[in-house]
Amino acid sequence: MALGMEIQNLRAWYGKVKALQDINLTVVPGAVTAIIGPSGCGKSTFIRCLNRLHEVVRGARASGQVWLGDLNIYGRGVDPVLVRRRIGMVFQKPNPFPAMSIFDNVAAGLHLDGVPRQEIYGRVEMALRLAGLWDEVRDRLQVSGANLSGGQQQRLCLARALALEPEVLLLDEPCSALDPASTMHIEAVLRDLKGRYTVVIVTHNMQQASRVADYTAFFLTGEVVEYGSTEDIFTRPRDERTENYITGRFG
Amino acid sequence: MSRFRRRKLVNYVMLGLAGVCTAIVLVPLVSLLALVISRGLAGLNLEFFTQLPKPVGEPGGGMANAIVGTLTMVTMACILGLPVGILAGTYLSEFGRGPLAGTVRFMSDVLTGVPSIVVGIFVNVVVVIRTGHFSAYAGALALAIIMIPLVTRTTEEMLRMVPNSLREASLALGATRARTVGSIVYRSASAGLITGSLLAVARVAGETAPLLFTALNNRFWHHTLSEPIASLPVYIYRYAISPYKDWQQQAWTAALVLVLMVLTTSVAARIAVSLRK
Ligand SMILES: Nc1ncnc2c1ncn2[C@@H]1O[C@H](COP(=O)(O)OP(=O)(O)OP(=O)(O)O)[C@@H](O)[C@H]1O
Ligand SMILES: [Mg+2]
Repeated sequence: MALGMEIQNLRAWYGKVKALQDINLTVVPGAVTAIIGPSGCGKSTFIRCLNRLHEVVRGARASGQVWLGDLNIYGRGVDPVLVRRRIGMVFQKPNPFPAMSIFDNVAAGLHLDGVPRQEIYGRVEMALRLAGLWDEVRDRLQVSGANLSGGQQQRLCLARALALEPEVLLLDEPCSALDPASTMHIEAVLRDLKGRYTVVIVTHNMQQASRVADYTAFFLTGEVVEYGSTEDIFTRPRDERTENYITGRFG
Repeated sequence: MSRFRRRKLVNYVMLGLAGVCTAIVLVPLVSLLALVISRGLAGLNLEFFTQLPKPVGEPGGGMANAIVGTLTMVTMACILGLPVGILAGTYLSEFGRGPLAGTVRFMSDVLTGVPSIVVGIFVNVVVVIRTGHFSAYAGALALAIIMIPLVTRTTEEMLRMVPNSLREASLALGATRARTVGSIVYRSASAGLITGSLLAVARVAGETAPLLFTALNNRFWHHTLSEPIASLPVYIYRYAISPYKDWQQQAWTAALVLVLMVLTTSVAARIAVSLRK
């Protein structure tokens, strides 16, 4: 089920401003890949290019190739809607649908996908269990998703993405609005997903990257400075700029 | 005086001013309602809702035809105007870019500012004179034309208040743009959309001038929608300026009924919204 991604010559613009220079990167299937780098270096832009969400911003566009298995998602005639069904995403700020119940939030994608009614309950339960939220919400599946705490909302968003059993899961600073306990909770879920899901996570937290990621890429001003196994990046960085950043001498 | 005490004082003064302004807003509202109720209540009886108006001199009679006429034309105006207004507002908020959107927005602002009597004359020229007779259709069309820009702009404002993060969440799940608007954006803005539509309904329910040029009036029941039709505002106008005491009484009662109709609609819609949540 887990598919890798192969990014080749990816460039992205906001209007005339170039946000990504020329990205080449291999996302290993079934592993967790962390994207780190200073604010404004293009981490969000990059991760949003991986499910073609970048282009929904007014005036934004991207070029290059991004292979999901043997499909180039930037290929001619590829429908971004179908790409996004295969690639899940969790955003920085928890964004459950406020007008929907907890259950409907998780089921939202399943309805879109035309999953038969009798299967939906099971899939929702499975996703909530996977996101480590089931025990907390099993008695109140019909209350609004907005009634949960921030950390629970974020796990709800995680469940919403996981319900579709995506081939790749993208997370853009999923813990930056959460307390340490909720952060640990999410990290535990991510470790749980290893092997079954391909995960790309943007994070500002170096400890988090070293705790959860198998591979880490360091971004700077829209370019990949260094990419390798997390251990290598954090213990023997090859590039001086990487070293400066991870030791905190930078930005 | 210390800075802190000054800030506290300013705070109290501002709070006081806000309270006074609220009271000033409430005074005309409450006294208007009180007046309409006290004057109108006297003529409020079953007959008023079931009988046709009586000729001058004969006592009694009601305005059943005008009540049904107003309901008919307002409903038709909603059927015509709400979808157009809501879809135009959706276009402006969700899809509209570039000069076309700017033009639509500008035109709808201009249309909001057009006096309703001018809309009446317009429909009179375009429909009434062409078809050769006043009609419920023409009245409803005039009301719809007044509604559309109001609904368009409130819809746009309400949809813009829905945070972009929800749209992106929906798109990231693989929903199309249309689906995102239909099941996420509308749902999140439903309370605002209903309030906006109700304001437009309330606004046109009391319009008199455009109906004088389009639906005219009818002392009897209308049989088809292509003939003149009675309405409460026109009856209020006719009866209130008449020299007869009992007609003036009926005008007050008609005003009360009109207010009650608008109130009932908006309360019912609000209940419907809260039940759905
Ligand atoms: N909507 C936008 N319009 C124009 N420019 C943008 C937009 N979003 C981002 N940018 C620019 O693109 C560049 C990369 O932004 P991006 O959001 O990808 O950074 P980031 O690495 O995610 O930063 P952070 O860590 O603060 O989230 C920045 O220089 C930013 O100013
Ligand atoms: Mg970012």
